[in-house]
Amino acid sequence: MKYAFFPGCVSRGACPELMQSLTAVAAHIGMELELMETASCTGAGVISERNQKLADALNARNFALAEQTGLPLMNICSTCQGVMSGVNERLKARPEYLAEINEMLAEEGLSYSGTANPRNFMWVLVEDFGLENLRSLVKRPLSELNVAPFYGCYISRPTDVLGYHDFPQRGVYLEMIIEACGATPVDYSGKKKCCGFPIITMNRTNSLTMAGNHVGEAQEQGADFMVTPCPLCHLNLDAQQPDAARVVQTPLNLPILHLSQLIGMALGIDDADLGLNRHVVSTNPVRERLHALPLA
Amino acid sequence: MQFKLNVRRYDPEAESPAPYWREYEVDVPANATVLDCLIHIREYVDGTLAVRCSCRSAICGSCMMRVNGQARLACATKATDMQESSEAITVEPGGNMPVIKDLIVDMDVFWNKIRQVKPWLEPVQPVPEREYLVPNETILDLTVAMNCIMCGACVSDCTSLEVDKNFIGPAALAKAYRFVDDPRDEARQERLEELSDYGGVYDCTHCFFCVEVCPKGVAPLERIVEIRERAQSAGVTNNAGTRHAVAFEGIIRDSGILDEPMLLLKSIGMNPVEQLKNVPGGVRLLRAGKLPLASGPFHHKIPGHGNVQRLFEKVEAAQEA
Repeated sequence: MKYAFFPGCVSRGACPELMQSLTAVAAHIGMELELMETASCTGAGVISERNQKLADALNARNFALAEQTGLPLMNICSTCQGVMSGVNERLKARPEYLAEINEMLAEEGLSYSGTANPRNFMWVLVEDFGLENLRSLVKRPLSELNVAPFYGCYISRPTDVLGYHDFPQRGVYLEMIIEACGATPVDYSGKKKCCGFPIITMNRTNSLTMAGNHVGEAQEQGADFMVTPCPLCHLNLDAQQPDAARVVQTPLNLPILHLSQLIGMALGIDDADLGLNRHVVSTNPVRERLHALPLA
Repeated sequence: MQFKLNVRRYDPEAESPAPYWREYEVDVPANATVLDCLIHIREYVDGTLAVRCSCRSAICGSCMMRVNGQARLACATKATDMQESSEAITVEPGGNMPVIKDLIVDMDVFWNKIRQVKPWLEPVQPVPEREYLVPNETILDLTVAMNCIMCGACVSDCTSLEVDKNFIGPAALAKAYRFVDDPRDEARQERLEELSDYGGVYDCTHCFFCVEVCPKGVAPLERIVEIRERAQSAGVTNNAGTRHAVAFEGIIRDSGILDEPMLLLKSIGMNPVEQLKNVPGGVRLLRAGKLPLASGPFHHKIPGHGNVQRLFEKVEAAQEA
């Protein structure tokens, strides 16, 4: 189980604990990662509003780099997933357009032949590694913990671009993983809505209202913490949570964990290796509950 | 075939009006749509159920409602496709619009927003003696937005409208695109300026709900992104959305990877009040060991970032040619 690993920007920026926990979990479950360090940002749906072709070319370059490794392509960000899936569909549907872009990649010795299948860690974990295998490795079942899933928009919609037709359960993978870790998923209406991150600099009030509403709702439904496969959602839900609480006028104190941190806790990996101390909303209450749980 | 439907009811004339759920079981042909089931209920089970519908052929857009939590045309949704396990199919009125009764919503919100974008051509002067000539590809492009049947599905599920009623919303913005890109329209610049203002294209969060629920492939989000591109190209750039996009593009061009603190600073621009609002967040990140200190001149670049720069240049050179 080896992957061309596309880390995205945020796991090497404001969410170093994502990279840390993912690396620890991968090593633990025997997943080899070949870091694509020369790959660029996907454009995150922002560069495309200046220049669609430029965004497509950047992603084609990344896909070509992945093809060169001969390995399946894995990312760890909902937004990267959504952008990659959208661009890949467009490139594969228009061979003449892809050929035009390939001409621009030629100087670097690259060419994208259309075989990349970018998948998020969450999808890879369920589809390649398997939840049965995950269950068999769980050392500390997270029983008694209620976990609110938060997907992120780019990994949820449009479903036809994101392969939901072939993998209809992609819409419930988070709940399935939460259960495999021994915890109980919390149902609430905001789990697939927008966290507000994309408009934080354009309309701060709207952005924080979105984050505050979702965190508040999950908290009210009894969640002990929230888990997300998207580091951008993480930034708005965790780092902005104190400000979001003021905007929605609700006391909020809900730890937000990355998917790899949730899995790492169930696998019995040390807190220090999961970066659980690198959060704005303290994860201490979760850790205390966790360490009171018996080992399997 | 038997179907169970859990329908959200609301009667404004009840003694103390409040929404409630009522479950119905219907026996209808296996190929029945959700609308067929609702009409069956109204005709044979409970005549008090209020449903709005007309064409039953996915053309008029009257029967938009939420089925299993998502906005759909009830007439274009087969009950068998919605029957998940043994649970009842949930049917609710569309969101973001006030409920008049049961499944019928007040579409005034929708129409007011459509009117707000002035959905008519301001003809380019002088009016030609014969007809305006418009290239085929332009009309083909506009046809995507013109396919809208005004059902309100995108407005129902829009997450920006959910928190801010001032947002123009996906349907009206897709309609606006149809005029922005029409070469016969003279008000383009004025439209782009208005659409870039508060409540306009930059208040869209990219949640993709409008793309997902639109029954006609209008994909309003894609039209919104195109309006942003048109506005920025037309020099409508004094807004946070453009500053964000320009800074983002510049950072990736220079280093291949985002410099988050710099992106935030440049997006907000020279506005000390707005900059100050981000200080507490920065301090929180710093205390949690999450603030990327290698920013600005110290920002790390991806290995071989020159290849990314050259790719930028090649794409731009090809476009200029």
